[in-house]
Amino acid sequence: MCGIVGLLVKKPALREQLGALMVPMLTGMTERGPDSAGLAVYTEPVAASLHKLSLYRGTHAIDWTALLAVLSAELSGPHEIAQNGNHAVLTSAANPDDVGAWLAAHEPRVAILSIGQSIDLYKDVGAPADIAERYRFKSLKGSHLVGHTRMATESAVTPAHAHPFTAGRDFCLVHNGSLSNPHLVRKKLEPLGIEFETDNDTEAACRFFEWRLREGDDLKTAVQRGFSELDGFFTFLMGTESEMLIVRDAFACKPAVVAETDDYVAIASEFRSLAHLPDIAQATLFEPKPEEIYSWRI
Amino acid sequence: MANLNPAPLGRTEPALRQFDLARDRLRDLNAFLHQRAALEGVTQVRVVNPDGAHSIACGLDAPLDVEVLGHVGYYVAGMNQHATVTVHGNAGPGAAENMMSGRVHIHGFASTAAGASAHGGLLVIDGDASLRCGISLKGADIVVGGSVGSFSAFMAQAGRIVICGDAEDALGDSLYEAVIYVRGKVRSLGADARFEPMAETDLAQVAALLAAAGFEHSPAEFRRVASAKSLYHWHADADQEY
Repeated sequence: MCGIVGLLVKKPALREQLGALMVPMLTGMTERGPDSAGLAVYTEPVAASLHKLSLYRGTHAIDWTALLAVLSAELSGPHEIAQNGNHAVLTSAANPDDVGAWLAAHEPRVAILSIGQSIDLYKDVGAPADIAERYRFKSLKGSHLVGHTRMATESAVTPAHAHPFTAGRDFCLVHNGSLSNPHLVRKKLEPLGIEFETDNDTEAACRFFEWRLREGDDLKTAVQRGFSELDGFFTFLMGTESEMLIVRDAFACKPAVVAETDDYVAIASEFRSLAHLPDIAQATLFEPKPEEIYSWRI
Repeated sequence: MANLNPAPLGRTEPALRQFDLARDRLRDLNAFLHQRAALEGVTQVRVVNPDGAHSIACGLDAPLDVEVLGHVGYYVAGMNQHATVTVHGNAGPGAAENMMSGRVHIHGFASTAAGASAHGGLLVIDGDASLRCGISLKGADIVVGGSVGSFSAFMAQAGRIVICGDAEDALGDSLYEAVIYVRGKVRSLGADARFEPMAETDLAQVAALLAAAGFEHSPAEFRRVASAKSLYHWHADADQEY
């Protein structure tokens, strides 16, 4: 079991409150996912010449400022780092692949959680309320976000196994369910040069969709293709820099409820995570139908 | 001796008790419904701010009248016996699951597995019901004002399901003795389910169930779906493709 939450605000003024609106949604899904939590927030994009990398150092004693100083000396910048506990968002003019290679060589204890121009990513093990507090989720601003609370069923409880998973640029996915053929998907993708970081089933779906996006599919087409490639139970919630998308498997095994008003689209595994939202009594409520793709753009 | 069993003083209307789940604990509500209500002579209970909580009014075993103002989560009125539970909102998965008797009315939509394996009583859903409505039904009646999702009435053994709207895939797959009446389109029937002519008794039953549920359709608009019973016995020579 897991909990998923998504929120996309339609009114630009509400972007300031994105995190505050979402925290009760995330903590409302604690019973569905008490062991880990995470979210991807899509902020105002950085300038076209820049990229953002969400970094994670876990319990390693790494000084973000010192790391930035060494990086700046070796890779042409500018670079900036915004610290948030053991997470940090590095904004850099360098090619993100070069930054990744540099980190792998000089500080392999730092994990890159996401790369893009809009996405920031936080995930960790622990109770959702503690994680929300630890990384000050309440203060997050942006147009949309995708979050997850995890109750692990098929792989270990570690920060790397927590959701959201990311691949490529500005793409993330969270999952409630379990896939039965992640290893087959992986076997198909690895010969194409696609590298995996964990043995988690959700990562296979994430990398499959991102591969299709790179091959030229739009997100809906990629998801449509996934129906014949990904076997198992899933409610997938995905984010890109401009879109939020939800889809459920043919048996609708895992729950999802959507609430839409003129101001926002909010998604959660259960209504109890939506009950606190403003004007919820006036919202249009519905459950996504199986294998029907629902998406909203900012 | 009469004064040893006095009538409740000044109580001309059944007593009504309200629980506010924004403040009161769900466990206290259910404990009241299970134990205290009878002791205190309360027969009507109103629940406000349910906010999607699970297992509201679950396991009741008395002729209580419970009204819930708002949306509820999993298993509302599960295992209900004798009580009338009305939800002025939507219901999560497993509404009235394993109901034995009484009446459960969802005024909004119901999520998956509404009325699953219910043995008796009446479940009314004004809106749509999601997948697996009435799965393994064992004798209850279900009336859905809207449409039902795929695999509804899967392996339903006894009871009746009236669907005023449409049905998605595999309606009545592997049915036993339960009977389905459907007014709208059926995307596909499940294995061993078939349309059958409506007899006078079918029309009368649909009319009675619609009246009980408060819907005003003509019974003549409904089609009967029942088991062809070809799966009742093992056919060694069959190709086993169901």
